[in-house]
Amino acid sequence: METTIVALATPPGAGGIAVVRLSGPESYPIAQAVFRPMNEEKRVMEAKGYTALFGHFIARGKVLDEGVALFFRAPRSYTGEDVIELSCHGGMVIAQSLIEACIDAGAVPAGPGEYTKRAFLNGRMSLTQAEAVMDLISAAGRQGAALAESALNGALARQIEGYKQQLVQLAGHLAAWVDFPEEDVPALEDDALRQTLETVLFGVSRLIEGYGAGAVLRQGVDVAIVGSPNVGKSTLLNLLAGFDRAIVTPIAGTTRDVVEQAVMLGGVRLNLFDTAGLRETGDVVEAEGIRRSRRKLEEAGLVLAVFDGSSPVTREDRELADACKGRRAIALVNKSDLDQQFDETVLEGSFARVLRISAGRGEGMAQLEQAVEQVLGVADLDTSAPCLVNQRQLAAAVSARGALQEALDALAAGFGLDAVSVCVDDALAALCQLAGEDASESVIEEVFSKFCVGK
Amino acid sequence: MNHLGDYQVIVVGAGHAGIEAAHAAAKLGARTALFTLSLDGIGNMPCNPSIGGTAKGHLVREIDALGGVMGRAADATTLQSRMLNRGKGPAVHSLRAQIDRQAYHSYTKHFLEKTDNLDIKQGEIVDLALEDGRVTGVYTRLGGYYGAQAVVLCTGTNLGGRIFVGDASVESGPDGQHAANLLGQRLRQAGLPLRRFKTGTPARVHRRSIDFSVLEPQPGEEPPEPFSFLTPDGGVKNQVDCHIAYTNPETHRIILDNLHRSPLYGGMIEGIGPRYCPSIEDKVVRFSEKERHQIFVEPCGLDTEEMYLQGMSSSLPEDVQNAMYRTIKGFEHIEILRPAYAIEYDCIDPTALQLTLETRAIRGLYGAGQFNGTSGYEEAAAQGLLAGMNAALQVLGKEQVVLARHTSYLGTLVDDLVTKGVMDPYRMMTSRSEYRLTLRQDNADERLTPIGRQAGLVDDERWAHFCRTMEIKEKETKRLEQTSVKAAELNRVLEERGIAPVEKGGPAAELLRRPELNYELIAQVIGWGEGVDWRMAARITTEIKYAGYISRQQRAIKQVKRLENAAIPADFDYAPLSGLRLEAREKLAKIRPVNLAQAGRIPGVSPADLAVLSVAVTAAAREKKEKQEE
Repeated sequence: METTIVALATPPGAGGIAVVRLSGPESYPIAQAVFRPMNEEKRVMEAKGYTALFGHFIARGKVLDEGVALFFRAPRSYTGEDVIELSCHGGMVIAQSLIEACIDAGAVPAGPGEYTKRAFLNGRMSLTQAEAVMDLISAAGRQGAALAESALNGALARQIEGYKQQLVQLAGHLAAWVDFPEEDVPALEDDALRQTLETVLFGVSRLIEGYGAGAVLRQGVDVAIVGSPNVGKSTLLNLLAGFDRAIVTPIAGTTRDVVEQAVMLGGVRLNLFDTAGLRETGDVVEAEGIRRSRRKLEEAGLVLAVFDGSSPVTREDRELADACKGRRAIALVNKSDLDQQFDETVLEGSFARVLRISAGRGEGMAQLEQAVEQVLGVADLDTSAPCLVNQRQLAAAVSARGALQEALDALAAGFGLDAVSVCVDDALAALCQLAGEDASESVIEEVFSKFCVGK
Repeated sequence: MNHLGDYQVIVVGAGHAGIEAAHAAAKLGARTALFTLSLDGIGNMPCNPSIGGTAKGHLVREIDALGGVMGRAADATTLQSRMLNRGKGPAVHSLRAQIDRQAYHSYTKHFLEKTDNLDIKQGEIVDLALEDGRVTGVYTRLGGYYGAQAVVLCTGTNLGGRIFVGDASVESGPDGQHAANLLGQRLRQAGLPLRRFKTGTPARVHRRSIDFSVLEPQPGEEPPEPFSFLTPDGGVKNQVDCHIAYTNPETHRIILDNLHRSPLYGGMIEGIGPRYCPSIEDKVVRFSEKERHQIFVEPCGLDTEEMYLQGMSSSLPEDVQNAMYRTIKGFEHIEILRPAYAIEYDCIDPTALQLTLETRAIRGLYGAGQFNGTSGYEEAAAQGLLAGMNAALQVLGKEQVVLARHTSYLGTLVDDLVTKGVMDPYRMMTSRSEYRLTLRQDNADERLTPIGRQAGLVDDERWAHFCRTMEIKEKETKRLEQTSVKAAELNRVLEERGIAPVEKGGPAAELLRRPELNYELIAQVIGWGEGVDWRMAARITTEIKYAGYISRQQRAIKQVKRLENAAIPADFDYAPLSGLRLEAREKLAKIRPVNLAQAGRIPGVSPADLAVLSVAVTAAAREKKEKQEE
């Protein structure tokens, strides 16, 4: 078929394992972009059908998780196309990021009933099933359309409409300027052009980020509690668990040394991972625990780094601070009830927030709650604010963001406005897709309503 | 009835569409006749004496690449040439030429007279002979009958033509030609959905009545570039200047004071005018904040004193025209030779056509140009070529040509017409093509000459020229990729020109990607490639600089091709598809798309509808196959 599709194949929500499924001609190249086999001699592109590889999932250049890729070569797959199933750890944040990475690499979100449809089109299903499939698709399509319509009501619709208007104006101006060179259509100043593009890009990016924040509210976020031994991590965990009594059942499959517990903190569900203390060790078992801790640190959506306020800064503390750079991380300087020896300047530039707490006495929890909300971007999350609600909207927004960025790049690189205008058209088309409309005629209409052109 | 002859293809109308249609059909070997109301009207330019412009220049190059007439005819009669949009990016460079109107008429008339397989006849076609839903011949006003297997209608503004000047309204075609009123009625009776469109033209004035000393001259561009891939460098020359004048508040006052005398505002004209070609009264009313509007003064030829006033199209009465023109600086003593007028005419709703430009209702009947709801000589000529070619291919029992959107502006134009329909006369614009970085005027030959060759329109001379061009291009591209340029050598050249030096050297092609570098600078170091001229240098440079964007469009094209390969049978029944929304079902049944790509472009067909359709189409094909096997 025309495209390579991606979707979550397991039910959404918390679970031990989430499976993201790719199907289509580009499945292999896309998998190659998001999955790196642990065994460096293995190549994704060469993986035979009915085989599996163990490796890392990569999103935006960073390791997201480790997991397994299962390969099915066309035509021996459910859909009859190249199919790859990527199994990652449960929790929507990872699966979501993996799907986004696949979209970035060229996949499109699967439409309603699309896997089944493809299975049929590729002869993997009998003729008698066709009608059932069509009913399924049309029902899902209608439902989807109704959903999209209701979801687009209100805030999001207004915001998208605003961005669309700005781009239509821009595209219309560019079109008039290009198509009627002999009329006195004013040239578009690069600065004005850049400004509009940046404004829309900023807005669209915020929507995309907001999708993550919305997802955080719905599905929770993985939180790693890290720090040297005996700084008070376990005390903190217990405190958090007791802070709110709504403890969710521990997730199955927890490892011996990474304890998982889900708690509600200020309306946000936190999946807490207490990790083995970070330090150099000769003990093989402990070393393995530490390795996992570090990986958890890499994967988590939020890091709570705990330091001992009653001791001077150690080498491990410095390393931990460094490792937290560029992450969503909060530093907790514990044991505020004791004499303070810890020099906080070492934490500068590594953490979004630094809090002094006493886990033992339960002091500083209100501040922590506030900090968590702020750092996760859910503090100001107004449920009535514009918000992308589904994969289809997210994909459209992601492709609009890409096109806008490309337009700005073309402008910066000194390309002609012909290249810029094509990118603007793409961005506009993506936003119109988001709103379920057709773009082309609106630009032409803009040209003739705003500019006095013609013989 | 006088049965006067039989042809395979008959073309009705010898304007820009008719010329290409007749030439293409004859060139393919069909015995062809071209009917015109007057032999003196062949290739007439009833509006602006110019060819090309944005997107239209692209169309002319495409016509030429397919082996058509317009590019060569324009080159032979060019008075002045300019490449528009330089500095706005190579994708939108557009060639525009002022043309000697009489010379163009003579050239095209003579060209057709010399074309084998083609008879030219003066006569008005008043009726079509139809049998079993197909066209079998035509009747003339003088009672003659000619048999035909296919007919191409290129009726322009003559079909049901009516001219308006103030409250005067006359049945007439353009430039004093008579209107063709009978054929339209017959087409309506035959069930074709005809409608009224409107267009207009400004006055032609005497050169001696203009004070050029107060106008801004606009010379041609040196060296002028030709339209045709076959015209050598130096083949066209700049011979005249154009001039620019401006309206002023007094002009606007006169127009507004007399608006009630305009048939447009008085409600006499029912036809829908083009949005992009507003009359001066439209401009003044709709853009009241503008203090002045631009007027281009363009000579109509070398052996005439007639001047065309681009920008001043009007349907106001003659006394108002005199008064308003005379308010303009330099026009104080203007002498009008032909007054401006609006013209209303019959055309077809193009959604009644197929992508081959054959009508769905009557087999063998094709349309092109203003008849199909477009405007412009270039749009007309391009469609004429396609319609004439397909009419001939049909009667010769060969497969007809459909040009996908990604092949050409011509393909885009036809798809827009047939799939989306038009609300006002359609003009080509670069912004209408989503593939415009790929559909450049410089590579029209690469996109279309092989298609023209396959169809039989491209002769040996053009084909040999094309093959040579491609060879040069390929060789030079490879050379640029493989030749390394040392930073020191290049920097010597750059220093002389005051351009910032490069930090390191590399393959010439890599260096060409930098915005500040061009072919000429690099050629100073590595020399010009064999056979490479300015045009080729610019073409290769564009492809190298825009490689990223071009390959992005190529990917999009690849995706759409997959949908194009999913054909929908011509007799496909949409009625039982309950999964489709009602609106989609109705639209699909009306437009009858040939493949899923076209279906997806129909306004009102959603992605979910398309999914349902793709399953249904595949199911139907499989069922049919299984039945055949039984």
